[in-house]
Amino acid sequence: MAGLTALASAPPHAAARRLPRPPLRGPAAAAAWLLLAGATYALPEDGDFPYTAAFAAGALGLGLALPPASAFSGHLGRAGAALAHWTPWLTLAALALLAWELVTAKFALLPMPFFPPPQAILEVFWEDWPKLGGSILASLKLLAGGYLIGAGLGFGLGVAIGWSKAVGYWAHPVLRFVGPLPATAWLPLAFFVFPSSWSASTFLIALATGFPVTVLTWSGVAGVNKAYFDVARTLGASPGFLILRVAVPAALPHVFVGLFMGLGGSFAVLVVAEMLGVKSGLGWYLQWAQGWAAYANMYAALIVMALMCSGLITLLFRLRDRVLSWQKGLVQW
Amino acid sequence: MVAATLERPAATPPRTAGSRLSVEAVSHAFDIRGAALPVLDRLSLDVAPGDFVALLGPSGCGKSTLLRLVAGLEPPDAGRITVDGTRVTGPDPSRLLVFQDPTLYPWRTVRGNVALGLEARGVRGERTARADAALRLVGLEGFADVFPHQLSGGMAQRAALARALVNEPRLLLLDEPLGKLDALTRLALQAEILRLWQETRFTALLVTHDVEEALVLARRVIVLSDRPAAIRADIGVERPYPRHRDDPELIRLRREILGILGQPT
Repeated sequence: MAGLTALASAPPHAAARRLPRPPLRGPAAAAAWLLLAGATYALPEDGDFPYTAAFAAGALGLGLALPPASAFSGHLGRAGAALAHWTPWLTLAALALLAWELVTAKFALLPMPFFPPPQAILEVFWEDWPKLGGSILASLKLLAGGYLIGAGLGFGLGVAIGWSKAVGYWAHPVLRFVGPLPATAWLPLAFFVFPSSWSASTFLIALATGFPVTVLTWSGVAGVNKAYFDVARTLGASPGFLILRVAVPAALPHVFVGLFMGLGGSFAVLVVAEMLGVKSGLGWYLQWAQGWAAYANMYAALIVMALMCSGLITLLFRLRDRVLSWQKGLVQW
Repeated sequence: MVAATLERPAATPPRTAGSRLSVEAVSHAFDIRGAALPVLDRLSLDVAPGDFVALLGPSGCGKSTLLRLVAGLEPPDAGRITVDGTRVTGPDPSRLLVFQDPTLYPWRTVRGNVALGLEARGVRGERTARADAALRLVGLEGFADVFPHQLSGGMAQRAALARALVNEPRLLLLDEPLGKLDALTRLALQAEILRLWQETRFTALLVTHDVEEALVLARRVIVLSDRPAAIRADIGVERPYPRHRDDPELIRLRREILGILGQPT
């Protein structure tokens, strides 16, 4: 377990340096990308894909750039270290793209409209980026509003329940009854009660975020070592100091688990709300693409959505690493 | 015997900074699932300003409870506790408790932990300077910016001492502060506590179950009975500091105290 933690917390370039590195890693990756470029460009296609040449050119560029880059990776600082670390993955990515290319555009082994080749998705990114970019912004705006409201209220409520027996007495049964209900179950009611689908979705996202944040903040505050309070009380601390400077910092590791769970829950509600009510955002884009049988657009939107969600989780973990830098053995995301 | 302990060796400066503690017929009980478990039974005790008193007794006899009551963390069920004539009704930074566990806040640096009392009371000026001075006092000057998990057990307890001393307490309550340390670190910290007491002139009330520790440090050793605690013996230790463990007088007292505690000697 300790060994695992040590491995997980080692920076990637240090891990790469410790592994014995076969001398042909760079050339192998380059060869894979060149193979992808050649097969994409030369093999006849079953269908009409305007971006085949562009895709092949991109693969060719990468294939040509890789040998010099990996030869001089030792002189490229952090970028070079990252390249050295990810070179095997680059090789695998080229081979996977090649397989995808062959079973779709080249030999049509998969039914066509549902499984577009990589160049069709490249085409979507290239031609439809204003709409995709706008959808990302709309999604982020909706998510940020709901998440921040839910996290803020959940944190406050969690601290209040954990600190005050009276608040706990009244809030606990409500939380137990309503909390486990999936936020999406409120969807029909929310769209009916709230003046706009946007405010309804904000409410639902806040609800999905708020529940885990409340419960974990509460358990964090309730579980604070009682001796910490004794120490602060003998030193002359006021109740406000006990809450803000003792209970809250001691509970923060729990709070971050709640924020993480809340973020995952908020993604689910975001997509459903956008598909069913809000006429913008990535969920709506998915729905729209499916309605027009524009499957390449759907895959593109899925890729963008995965990047967005992963990016937001990374952001949250970075924040946690900064705030909880005093803790040992943090899980690395 | 009590009066004899008030005479101090000529080398020690007059102790004016320490508080006078008076415990008058204090009784206290714990509530264990509805049943009252008496831990202190009409216990009375006077500690002169600047004195160093050790409370010795079997484990679980209520020594720590007495310290919590004196610190003001809990009110006694019956009786009165006064410090310099003022009744104790709650915690006060002039009477500080050092726990068996250092209980440093893991999210604060060592300096942040030491400055805790100053911060809690809203002391603005010289917070860092005073914290650093307290760290120098306990020999931790190089560790101000380190987090507690990077400290050894002995260093953490030194930091806990600094956290108390920065507030210039007039009464320092030590609840088995060395109980969890290894033998060598214990010896070093005993000397340290003695030096701090001689330099800063607080009144010290030490709870311990180590007879030797009590005899090396205290000018008065109070032996408590089993629960509910009552005073079995009150012994003045009139030996100059620094004391040596093989001092025949201390060895005699050790034998006497172990006899009172019912241990074979």
